[in-house]
Amino acid sequence: MAREVSESCVDSLLTEMVSSYCNRFYANKPELAARRIEAIGYQVGHQLSERYTMERPGFSDHLEAIKFICKDLWSELFKKQIDNLKTNRRGTFVLQDNKFRWLAHVSIDPSIDGSSNEDNSGTSTENKAAQAMSMHLYFPCGIIRGALSNLGITCAVSADISNLPACSFVVRIKG
Amino acid sequence: MAPVGPRSGEAIFASVERVNAELFTLTYGAIVRQLLTDLEEVEEVNKQLDQMGYNIGIRLIDEFLAKSNVSRCVDFKETAEVIAKVGFKMFLGVTASVTNWDAEGTCCNIVLEDNPLVDFVELPDTCQGLYYCNILSGVIRGALEMVSMKTEVTWVRDMLRGDDVFELQVKLLKQVPEEYPYKDDE
Repeated sequence: MAREVSESCVDSLLTEMVSSYCNRFYANKPELAARRIEAIGYQVGHQLSERYTMERPGFSDHLEAIKFICKDLWSELFKKQIDNLKTNRRGTFVLQDNKFRWLAHVSIDPSIDGSSNEDNSGTSTENKAAQAMSMHLYFPCGIIRGALSNLGITCAVSADISNLPACSFVVRIKG
Repeated sequence: MAPVGPRSGEAIFASVERVNAELFTLTYGAIVRQLLTDLEEVEEVNKQLDQMGYNIGIRLIDEFLAKSNVSRCVDFKETAEVIAKVGFKMFLGVTASVTNWDAEGTCCNIVLEDNPLVDFVELPDTCQGLYYCNILSGVIRGALEMVSMKTEVTWVRDMLRGDDVFELQVKLLKQVPEEYPYKDDE
């Protein structure tokens, strides 16, 4: 059986990684923090995709590759598949996870909405929670982009959390 | 009700939510690599990994105490054993051992033969001086500080530097006696 660690190891590491980049390394530069977090996700996605596709033939088209993300990759990461996949057939795919696991702990995470901008009273608590969440989402967006890049597909990935706890990842394939 | 004793590391690990270790290992590797790019100095990366670990440790201790049913450890010796046997097991799924106690019982080494953080890791020559697993020493330091033990945790042996095991020295610097506002027995 594959080696496992407790889920709190991954949760703690992700929370601390996001908090380090947002509150310590790039405290006043959220765009830079976001780019670094996405880059870390990209590396992880690239490597995971490499490992999981080692013994299978290449994908014949974009849809096949996207299905690999929805089924194989998601199962390895979250022990479930993506719940809903939509496409406009012109290179945009929407992958919806009805209860995205990595957001479960974020809203109550005090490390991001606390300390560094306490005086920033213009920002409501709700807003801050949304900001913290979007920072966390750069990581899975990076994972998807990295995984597809390893399969030879260049794309942009964004996340939509207007329907919490559902989370939709929008993949726009380039070229 | 029967008294509830401390639970074994195996029992806790079997009962918690677990995930694919590959994700954990690769994510940690990607973080270290990104830190090396962003911070440039290996020394600074060591420091930041330790800080990240410390921040994790001060939060993880609550989960540890809640799930393990470990009550007060009578002394530092027992504390070290609990970290090695229960702490490592319930989070990382591996067991460590405690060796090399000094005469005062305030300094020991924790030996880790199996370490999921370093699966598939090879350090290039440019990373000399990097303590790749420095997050672990930070976690221990942070967690112990939350139970009033000020410690200094340093690497003695490191498989990524050619040693045959990972070995941490944990030195108790100061123990602040605690007073609790509640009683253990009711």
